[in-house]
Amino acid sequence: MEKILEKIYQAFIDNEGNIISLLQDIQDEFGYIPEPSVYWFSKRLDVPASRFFGITTFYAQFHLAPRGKNIITTCCGTACHVKGSERLITGLARELDLAEGEHTTDDREFTIEKVNCVGACSIAPVVIINNKIFGKMSSDSLTKEVKNLREGPREK
Amino acid sequence: MRDPVKSNLTIRVCMGTGGIAAGGVEVMAVFADRLAGRGIRADIRKHCSIHKVGCRGLCAKDVLVDVILNGDKTTYQFIKPDMVERIIEEHVVGGNPVLEWAVGEDYHQFHDKQVKVVLSDCGNINPEEIDSYISVGGYNALERVIKKMTPAETIALIKKSGLRGRGGAGFPTGVKWEICRSVEASRKYIICNADEGDPGAFMDRSVIEGNPHAVIEGMTVGASAIGADKGYVYIRAEYPLAVERLKNALKQARERSFLGKNILGSGFSFDIRIKLGAGAFVCGEETALIASIEGLRGMPRAKPPFPVHKGLWGQPTVINNVETLANIPYIIRNGAEWYASYGTEKSKGTKVFALTGKIRNSGLIEVPMGIPLREIIYDIGGGIENNRKIKAVQTGGPSGGCIPAELLDITVDFESLARVGSIVGSGGMVVLDETDCMVNIAKFFLQFTQSESCGKCVPCRIGTKRLLEILERVTEGKGRLGDIELLESLANDIKATSLCGLGQTAPNPVLSTIKYFRDEFEAHITKKKCPAGVCRDLLSFVVLKDFCKGCGACKRVCPAGAVTGERKQVHVIDPEVCVKCGACYDACKFKAIGKG
Ligand SMILES: Cc1cc2nc3c(=O)[nH]c(=O)nc-3n(C[C@H](O)[C@H](O)[C@H](O)COP(=O)(O)O)c2cc1C
Ligand code: SF4
Ligand code: SF4
Ligand code: FES
Repeated sequence: MEKILEKIYQAFIDNEGNIISLLQDIQDEFGYIPEPSVYWFSKRLDVPASRFFGITTFYAQFHLAPRGKNIITTCCGTACHVKGSERLITGLARELDLAEGEHTTDDREFTIEKVNCVGACSIAPVVIINNKIFGKMSSDSLTKEVKNLREGPREK
Repeated sequence: MRDPVKSNLTIRVCMGTGGIAAGGVEVMAVFADRLAGRGIRADIRKHCSIHKVGCRGLCAKDVLVDVILNGDKTTYQFIKPDMVERIIEEHVVGGNPVLEWAVGEDYHQFHDKQVKVVLSDCGNINPEEIDSYISVGGYNALERVIKKMTPAETIALIKKSGLRGRGGAGFPTGVKWEICRSVEASRKYIICNADEGDPGAFMDRSVIEGNPHAVIEGMTVGASAIGADKGYVYIRAEYPLAVERLKNALKQARERSFLGKNILGSGFSFDIRIKLGAGAFVCGEETALIASIEGLRGMPRAKPPFPVHKGLWGQPTVINNVETLANIPYIIRNGAEWYASYGTEKSKGTKVFALTGKIRNSGLIEVPMGIPLREIIYDIGGGIENNRKIKAVQTGGPSGGCIPAELLDITVDFESLARVGSIVGSGGMVVLDETDCMVNIAKFFLQFTQSESCGKCVPCRIGTKRLLEILERVTEGKGRLGDIELLESLANDIKATSLCGLGQTAPNPVLSTIKYFRDEFEAHITKKKCPAGVCRDLLSFVVLKDFCKGCGACKRVCPAGAVTGERKQVHVIDPEVCVKCGACYDACKFKAIGKG
């Protein structure tokens, strides 16, 4: 971890970045913001850790907890909403056995997230599974995709 | 004439976010492979998303491909990789277009009423090749501005065109530049606002994906007019393709001396950096955006001072929307009079809208200001999906309002939309039909603004929460008499006392839905019914005896065990046990579950 953080630090200095871009780089590297990395940078840059946490909690993009192996993001933009994204989400949570307010399955296989309009409204409702966009999603095909992921190895 | 590469065969594959989702990459690969296999030379271009999306729903379902053979263009719809072989065989080699796959009449009608300025080159040029943009006159405007015009002349021209900001507020762009120019400072900045926070819109993203150089050119012109040497594009991290194309375009522009030190030998230097937004709607607000670029929590501050006086790092800063900036090169190239010839007296030019929802041809459109809403819906949009009845059109997203079907004859411009309680906003236009519940729509937007409120001021933070609570109980059948009046008075208080545009406009969706659809609110509260059949708590689910095949699918999915029945027998839902999740409704393949 130390090595990676050092690399991020260098890039930060080279590109005259700010705390937000720094956190974005950390998240790109680890998939979330591990707490120790914040303390490491807090020391290194002599910035109180509370400033980092203030930013991570303000911006929706940052995650403080590790996420599942597969990320399923449902678009909740206006077009997708009127085409039934809410139903997709309730169905998905049911399929993955997630209680209200839970986003990651206990086995860390799946994390569900929401996003606002991904710019493909003409094929609403839209679901993004591990960075691949699926349009005109139905509960049925979503369930199928989840089953495929459970059984097969993660594509990428 | 527009073709930079001399080739008698050009194939264009739509390749925006949606195009890629529909399989554009695969289609293009098969074209490249098969043509190479036959030794045919073609210039295979990536099409930008604008064209793709603008071709409404056609490519929404699959990939749209242009084949231009010796100057004759045929546009194909719904193309899949396995269809490529036949197109090559019959059209490219044989010279006979495969007519049954070509686009139909409605495709042309879709384009007829549109006037394309910002989108004119999107979909025709390759967004990843600077030469493609230059071949259609790109960077001419910049060259003219920095070599032949004074900043005052540039500003005068933009003022004369009547261009108003496309980011929401509609402030005259030339005036904004003029004020910033007049402020004395050692350093000035120009920022392109590509945060695009409206959750139902994708205009700015498509412009950057389809024609990034126009945005860069517009920004550089703006920088020279106000005297800035540094610029930022603040863009959502959720737009990876747009970010990638912008990065690529910036690099190319620097290589050709359209950006960087001593641009085109004129002595003027200017460069642009990209800053990624981190997913906060409020950061689209100018002062919050500035705070975010400075690396702080994106909280708005009171205005004045306005950014043109005291902006980024305390220096005078112009913030313009993507579409605003992308208009600039075209206005300079074609003249202020030309631009002002479109639109109404106070709203000049054209506006890009993301037409979505229950509309047949959904996609990106560009229309002259002042066009009747009805023409957008029926001529361009092709009417409502599934022949349902239109109920309302929502414009302006979470800051806007609903225009009911009775008012479809109004014209679309800043003034007339404001008169009916909505706004042009950034350009989201969502069509709602009889199956949409207006209380639910109001709740949807409130959920959004409530969670996006930065929390700095009490009326916005607490007020939106209270509004949402009331809306929630109304949709859950727990509404009380007097709730409508409570919503109204609370909404007006929030509007009057919030610090920034988010809080000041957040109640708009509530107020406008109450104004036009009060009866729907009343039905939820007094009759405990949702007339559109959307609000789950007000529905009941029953098995329709005549349609039930006894397949048992509903029984298997019901999380509450509310469904009973033997195989091949009619099943029954126990209303006492049913949790109204709708799982059975979704699961039944025979439409044998009724809700109402
Ligand atoms: C809450 C809020 C969100 C906003 N979001 C955006 C946005 O996403 N994109 C945008 O261009 N303007 C947005 N604006 C408007 C900007 O503050 C600003 O007016 C605009 O970028 C100025 O550019 P223009 O004059 O070219 O329209 C937002 C304003 C508020 C109050
Ligand atoms: S109105 Fe809302 S979003 Fe705007 S500053 Fe106040 S709390 Fe923040
Ligand atoms: S899923 Fe439909 S057809 Fe099958 S048992 Fe249930 S109601 Fe009957
Ligand atoms: S609202 Fe989902 S893609 Fe636009």
